[in-house]
Amino acid sequence: MVSPALPADPSPAARAQKKTSGKLAWLVPAVVTGGLFPAAVLLLRAVRKDLGSNPIAEALNQLGLLALVLLVLSLAATPLKIVTGWNWPIRIRKSLGLLGFFYVCAHLLVYAVIDQALALRAIAEDVAKRPFILVGFLGFVLLVPVAATSTSSALKRMGFARWKRLHRLAYVIAILGVVHFFLRVKKDATEPMIYAAILGALFAVRIVSFWQERRKSAQ
Amino acid sequence: MTRLPKPPRASEITPEERYLRRRELIKSAALFAGTAATFGSGLVALTGGGRRASPVAAQPLPSGLVAAPPPPPPGGQALSGKNPFVTDEPRTPFEDVTTYNNFYELGLEKSDPAERASTLKPRPWTLVFEGEIKKPQRIDIDVLLKWFPVEERVYRMRCVETWSMVIPWLGFPLGKLIERLEPTSRAKYVAFSTLYDVEQLPGQLSDVLDWPYVEGLRIDEAMHPLTVLAVGLYGKSLLGQNGAPIRLVVPWKYGFKGIKSLVRIALVEKQPDATWNKAAPREYGFYANVNPKVDHPRWSQAMERRIGDVEKRPTLMFNGYADEVAHLYAGMDLRMYY
Repeated sequence: MVSPALPADPSPAARAQKKTSGKLAWLVPAVVTGGLFPAAVLLLRAVRKDLGSNPIAEALNQLGLLALVLLVLSLAATPLKIVTGWNWPIRIRKSLGLLGFFYVCAHLLVYAVIDQALALRAIAEDVAKRPFILVGFLGFVLLVPVAATSTSSALKRMGFARWKRLHRLAYVIAILGVVHFFLRVKKDATEPMIYAAILGALFAVRIVSFWQERRKSAQ
Repeated sequence: MTRLPKPPRASEITPEERYLRRRELIKSAALFAGTAATFGSGLVALTGGGRRASPVAAQPLPSGLVAAPPPPPPGGQALSGKNPFVTDEPRTPFEDVTTYNNFYELGLEKSDPAERASTLKPRPWTLVFEGEIKKPQRIDIDVLLKWFPVEERVYRMRCVETWSMVIPWLGFPLGKLIERLEPTSRAKYVAFSTLYDVEQLPGQLSDVLDWPYVEGLRIDEAMHPLTVLAVGLYGKSLLGQNGAPIRLVVPWKYGFKGIKSLVRIALVEKQPDATWNKAAPREYGFYANVNPKVDHPRWSQAMERRIGDVEKRPTLMFNGYADEVAHLYAGMDLRMYY
């Protein structure tokens, strides 16, 4: 008989769970550190006047591209889990999304503060007259509530169903990002088309898995 | 008697749990560092772009060519700051002029042309003059250069992408060449073509534009004393990325009118094709005069950023050459003929 005074041995399952989370404790800090690394490189190059002949345009391009890449990566987490069964993509999904939001904000700030020198009339005119700026701005506006509700307390407050519905906006935002990029390029649309294709593939995985789930539950 | 070292304080002692996990901690630290470095540098590689082309050495102009002083400004004004042929604005550094270029025949990135210009061989080089002229001919560039004295022209250059430069060109007025070719009465326009040779201009393997690049001017625009065929800048021969060995410069028009690496000039009766105009007619007109009041569909043309500046400056009508060229467009609706 086991003495009741001894601490209960945790079940093997719980132990395994604890071990996994302990094992992956480095993952989120690593993604955040790595995700901020390009910002540091960009800042350093800007300070050293090493961004080429048109540094503002260069910074805008890099920040915009970083935002798009990170937002698309955050959307890849769930499809990756569906396809591979891995759990770790879900653990870094929020960090990737927030890093994307960070670069969207930096991109917008460089545009408004440095490129346009806070000339509000010129900015308002840009948003109203140029489809590519309007689309980008719309993406930013939609991203704000998604980023603001990324905490677990917001999830609890809103309830999972509502929270999930709001966070589906992430797909709309990524599409707006790709359209913003597509309308911006002068002639060669190869790069935006690559992002569009990746988004399409991610969509496809979700749709296929949605159908499979439905068929399963219908049976 | 030897003294034993002081026993460590209790707070310095590694907790047993941590001591037992030390291998795991080291492994985690390594995984953290490896993942952060891989992810971070991967992002930089994917989005960092914009490598700056290394500075390039330009060759002196072919021997025997001496830059003549530019002509006095029309109206006989003295050489004040108002001379349209030589602006007294600060010149854009040679390094920027030769590493920040749009020349899709040598790549789509701004830094590509400077990096890839070595494929373009500016000698030997033959030009063809044909069409509505009394003296059609093929001519070697070095013979052509003996026909006219080379002058220095310091012009503003305004790109349709809203950046601008000030460039000291070396060249001769296109009008002098056209006079010598003796146009017929049917010559109303001038058509220009860039070299079409995928060995020398490998960007022509891509179908991003229709090749060869072509451009055109109305004959009065071509005859205007501001319009030059440039063969050099900053006292040196043109580099490949700037359109070696000979290119068009029309300072009151957007930069894309300045067709590079010319091999053909034809006097024609009808308005000729222009590459960007054909590629996106709603965005790029045949005239492409710098005009702060007519916006490009995707950006305003009211302001521009001079390369090297942070603040933008207002764009001037006809790029500041309105006194010289506005009369060419009297009575034309510049919103329609953009």
